[in-house]
Amino acid sequence: MPTVRMTVNGMERSGTVEGRTLLVDFLREHLGLTGTHVGCDTSQCGACVVHVNGSSVKSCTCLAVQADGADVTTIEGLANGADLHPMQEAFREHHGLQCGFCTPGMVMSAVDLANRDSDPSEHDVREWLEGNLCRCTGYHNIVKAVQAGARAMGGGS
Amino acid sequence: MNDFTYHAPTSLDDALAALRGAEGGTLIAGGQSLLPIMKLNLAAPTDVVSLAGVAGLDGISDDGDSVTVGAMCTHAQVAGSAAVQGRIPALAAMADGIGDAQVRNAGTIGGSLAHNDPAADYPAACVALGATIVTDRREIASDDYFQGMFMTALEDDEIITAVRFPVPARAAYAKFANPASKYAVAGVMVADGPAGVRVAVTGASGDGVFRMAGMEAALGGSFSAEAVAGIGVSSDGMLSDTAAGAEYRAHLVAVMAKRAVEACG
Ligand SMILES: Cc1cc2nc3c(=O)[nH]c(=O)nc-3n(C[C@H](O)[C@H](O)[C@H](O)COP(=O)(O)OP(=O)(O)OC[C@H]3O[C@@H](n4cnc5c(N)ncnc54)[C@H](O)[C@@H]3O)c2cc1C
Ligand code: FES
Ligand code: FES
Repeated sequence: MPTVRMTVNGMERSGTVEGRTLLVDFLREHLGLTGTHVGCDTSQCGACVVHVNGSSVKSCTCLAVQADGADVTTIEGLANGADLHPMQEAFREHHGLQCGFCTPGMVMSAVDLANRDSDPSEHDVREWLEGNLCRCTGYHNIVKAVQAGARAMGGGS
Repeated sequence: MNDFTYHAPTSLDDALAALRGAEGGTLIAGGQSLLPIMKLNLAAPTDVVSLAGVAGLDGISDDGDSVTVGAMCTHAQVAGSAAVQGRIPALAAMADGIGDAQVRNAGTIGGSLAHNDPAADYPAACVALGATIVTDRREIASDDYFQGMFMTALEDDEIITAVRFPVPARAAYAKFANPASKYAVAGVMVADGPAGVRVAVTGASGDGVFRMAGMEAALGGSFSAEAVAGIGVSSDGMLSDTAAGAEYRAHLVAVMAKRAVEACG
């Protein structure tokens, strides 16, 4: 069985997986990082979004072996101790979540957008979140949170 | 999903050897079509051979009369490329409209063309622009490459290495997207290029991408939205599914064609 090594939230991690082990299962089941969620079988909901080498991908549609050697950031890697990341803080401030199931993927996707554009328009945010589904909020406060979070990040994570 | 042996070759020769040595081997590029299919057990390869580490499949170059895109270029790279934006903006815009940000960060042009989903966007761009599909062993004209739903001219062990797009005088793509997946319910690419005026349609037919000869002739005479406005599109052979019935799809093809011509300016 293959061994994978990757940097996850700044720490060197490794494990023995099957070829078919998905990155999300490696994160959740091997490393216990259960902040990354699985909300669908069809690669459409975005609850599983993490960063691989700096860009957002769906960890349910990536094999663990494909991420061998990569630099991975999950929702657990954003906060600095008790200090929330500016994007997390913006979601709290603007009430960008209700049940919270979609939130880890929303935040990871939003941080990728903010890294590219520090002042996205409402339209830009809605387009960018095409691959992140929320069953609760109606998106309105999520969009406000992402715009505020991007501005608070000021072009850097 | 069934388990399989994973290979991570670093050269085309090693990738071909791994593929040929396997009982039921398949390539993986971005995994954005293959993995969803494997999760549904619609594909169960014994061996999966990754192209990610294979040298020479990346990069986008402006060759003067054409732009060449490496097979492993992601949709996001094509959308963000200065060469593509500058020479064939319609292609950059098309790539920017594929799926969602995460699909565009992982999915590749080579994977999209090898898969040839009847609702994928790239087939329309390739046929309208008269692109050439470059593989490890030959060059294939787009007109010969697409052979119906999920069918291509590729041999079992053939690897796409790049796609060469002639630079058109003008081109535009208009898509009526499925609201859930963003795949084309009907997508039309219109291009006025070295191969003449071409109109290629994706998403609408069960046979995959096709050209609209009547519209091409009309636009050859007068390149204007009015020229295509009067041309009826038959619903014969159009797909009918939960997104749209055959009649509605035929109507959408006419509307998208008109919008694409208008967008050509
Ligand atoms: C939610 C979602 C929405 C999507 N929306 C759209 C959309 O709006 N429009 C659209 O066009 N597509 C859409 N797609 C599909 C997406 O564009 C895929 O990225 C693309 O179809 C496959 O590219 P890939 O690199 O991921 O290929 P993979 O999934 O890795 O491979 C697909 C197939 O191609 C073969 N292959 C890969 N690379 C090569 C190569 N270089 N040579 C030979 N064979 C190769 C593989 O063996 C496999 O059979 C969507 C996908 C998802 C999950
Ligand atoms: S779990 Fe739904 S897209 Fe990954
Ligand atoms: S907050 Fe419940 S799914 Fe988004």
